[in-house]
Amino acid sequence: MSLDISFIGILIGSIMASSVPLILAASGELITERSGVLNLGVEGMMIIGAISGFALMVITDNLFIAIVGSMLSGVIISLIFGFLTQSLLTNHVATGLALTIFGIGLSAMLGKNFVGIPGKEFPILFSSLKESIPFFGPILFGHSIVLYFAFALPFLTNYFLKKTKLGLIVRAVGDSPVSASNQGINVILVRYCCILYGGAMCGLAGAYLSLIYTPQWIENMTAGRGWIALALVVFATWSPIKVLIGALIFGGITILQLHMQAIGFRIPVQFLSALPYLMTIIVLVVISRDSRKIKLNTPTSLGRIFYKEK
Amino acid sequence: MIKIEKRNDVPMALYFFTPFIAIILTILGGGIIFYILGFNPIEALKFYFITPISNLYGFSELLLKATPLCLIAIGLSFCFKSNNWNIGAEGQLTFGAIVGGGVALLFYNQEGFYILPLVIIAGAIGGMIFALIPAILKTYFNTNEILVSLMLVYVSKLLLDYLVVGPWSNPEGFNFPETRQFSDSSRMPLLFEGLRIHAGIFLALAAVMLSWFVLYKTYLGFQIKVSGLSLKTAKYAGFKGKTMILVVFMISGACAGLAGVGEITGPIGQLHRMISPDYGFTAIIVAFLGRLNPFGIIFASLVVALTYLGAETAQIFLQIPKYTGQVFQGMILFFLLASDYLLFFKVKILNLKKNELRH
Repeated sequence: MSLDISFIGILIGSIMASSVPLILAASGELITERSGVLNLGVEGMMIIGAISGFALMVITDNLFIAIVGSMLSGVIISLIFGFLTQSLLTNHVATGLALTIFGIGLSAMLGKNFVGIPGKEFPILFSSLKESIPFFGPILFGHSIVLYFAFALPFLTNYFLKKTKLGLIVRAVGDSPVSASNQGINVILVRYCCILYGGAMCGLAGAYLSLIYTPQWIENMTAGRGWIALALVVFATWSPIKVLIGALIFGGITILQLHMQAIGFRIPVQFLSALPYLMTIIVLVVISRDSRKIKLNTPTSLGRIFYKEK
Repeated sequence: MIKIEKRNDVPMALYFFTPFIAIILTILGGGIIFYILGFNPIEALKFYFITPISNLYGFSELLLKATPLCLIAIGLSFCFKSNNWNIGAEGQLTFGAIVGGGVALLFYNQEGFYILPLVIIAGAIGGMIFALIPAILKTYFNTNEILVSLMLVYVSKLLLDYLVVGPWSNPEGFNFPETRQFSDSSRMPLLFEGLRIHAGIFLALAAVMLSWFVLYKTYLGFQIKVSGLSLKTAKYAGFKGKTMILVVFMISGACAGLAGVGEITGPIGQLHRMISPDYGFTAIIVAFLGRLNPFGIIFASLVVALTYLGAETAQIFLQIPKYTGQVFQGMILFFLLASDYLLFFKVKILNLKKNELRH
C-alpha cells in the first residue's frame, strides 16, 4: 500500500462519509439538548430511520420518498418521547432508554422481510470531477447530497443558535425555562419542536446508513452510533462546530481501524473494533475533567422537568 | 370539564398500583400490534402470555429467565435510587461471565465442591470491577456514567468475542466460536430432573432479601435514599458522596456479574458469543416496573421474563418475529412512565355549572 497523495485524498473522503451519521444525529440532538431536553433515544430513532428509509426505498423505488419518509418516521417516534416527557412530565433518561429499546425491537420486527434485499445505488454528485482532480477530487466531489447537507448542518445550526431570534428562544428555554415562560414563551411548545427536529435528523442519519453508506438492511446496523453521537454532544460542549470536528475524529478512527484490519495489522480485529468505543470514553474523560468548563456550557435545565402551574 | 391538579403527596397504594395499569395497557397495545400485523389478537396474546406457562416446563423456563433479570434489577435499584444511571449492566454481566468462565475453564478437567463457589465469586468480582470503571470516572473525572457504562457494553462483548474465537476457543471444537464445556463441578445444580431451573434462583432470592435489609434497615440504605431524593440534602448531611457512588456501582456490578455467571454455569455450560439476550438492558425496565423495591422487582422480573418466553412461543406457533418481545418491553416502560402522571396529578372531572358558580 503506497501512501501517495491521491490515496490520502480517498482516505479523507471515506472518513467524511463515515462521519455523516454522527454529524446528523449529534446536530439534531444538540438542538434538543440546547432546549433543555436530554433524549437518550438517539440510537432508537436512528435505527427506525434506517429501516423505514430502506423499506420505503424497496416499496416505492423512490429514493426521495425514502429519505423524506425516514425523517418523518424519526419525527413520529420522537413524538412519543415528546408527549411523555413534555405533556406527561416523565423522566428524560428513563423515557429515552425506553425509546431506544422500543426502537431496536420495532425496527427488527418491521425489517424482518427486508433482510438480504440488495440496496439501490444512491446518486452521487460531481462524479466526473472526483476522478479528474487529484487529491481534492475525492474529498470535495462524488458524494451524495446528504453528505453535503451534513457538512453544512453544523454551520447552519451555529448560525441558527447564535444569530436568529428563534435560536435565542431555544437557548433561553434551555438555560432558564422559568424566565422564558415569564417572557411569554411557550416553553413546552419550543421543546416539542426541538425534540421533533432531533427526531428528523436522527431518522435521516439512520437512512444515510441503510441507503447510502452500506445500502442494505442489517439488524442493529446503527451499532452504537447513536450513543457515540450523544457522547459527541458532550465532547463538543454543546457547540455545533465542535460536533463537526468530533464527528470527523470518530469517522477517522472508524476508517483507520478498517484499514488496519484490511492490511492485516497484528492486533486482533476485536480490539480494533473496540477502538471507537474506547476513544469515546477517553475523550469524555479528558473533556469532562474540567467540571467548571462543562458546567458553563451545559444548558442549565438539561434533563429537568418543566411544569407550569396553570 | 376536566381539571388537573397537582397532588401534594403521592398516595402509596397508587404508587404500587400503576405498574398494573401499565401492564394492562401493554397487553392492549400488543393486541393492536398483532392486529396490524394480520394476526388474530386474542389468539396471539394467548400464545404470548398463557401458552408459555401452561405446563411445568414452561414455568421452569419462566423462573430461569426471571433469575438473571431479578438479580441485575436488584443491583440497578441501588444505582437508580441514588440517582446513578448505570445502564451498562449488560457489559458488567458479560465481563462477570468472562472472569467466572475463565476460572471455570481453569478447572475444566477437574472435579471438586470448591470449584463452583470460586467461579461464582470470580464472576461477582468481575462484574464489580467492570462497574467500577464508570464509577471511578464519574467520581474523580466528572465523566457521564450513562455514556461510559454503555460504551463498555460494546467493549466487553468484543472482548468476549475475541476470547471465544481466539485464545479460549475449544481446541477440539472445529473452530466453532465457543470454549470447552465446563466440568460438572462448575455447573449450577439443577433443582428438578428434566427442568432447566437451577440453584442460581437462590442467589437471586438472597439478593432480594439482602437488598431489602440494606436499603431499609441500614445507614447505607438511608444515605442512598436521601441522595436519590435530594443531592443537596445529602451533602448538607455530610454523606460521603463519592464513596457511596463507588459502593452502589460495585453492588450493581456484582449482581450483574452473578447473573452472567448464573447463565454460563446454568443453562449454557460454556462461553460463547450469545450468553445473554440483552438481560442487562431489559433489567432496567424490570427495576422501574418493580418500583426499585426488592419485592416489586421479583414480580416485575416474572412479568418481563414472560415477554421473552411469549416472544419465543409466538415465533414458533405463529411465526411472529421474536423481536415483539423488545417492543413489548419498550411499551411496558413507556406506559409505566406515562401512568406515573396519575401519581403527581389528580385528574378531576368537574361539573360545569358548579364551576361557574364558584367564579
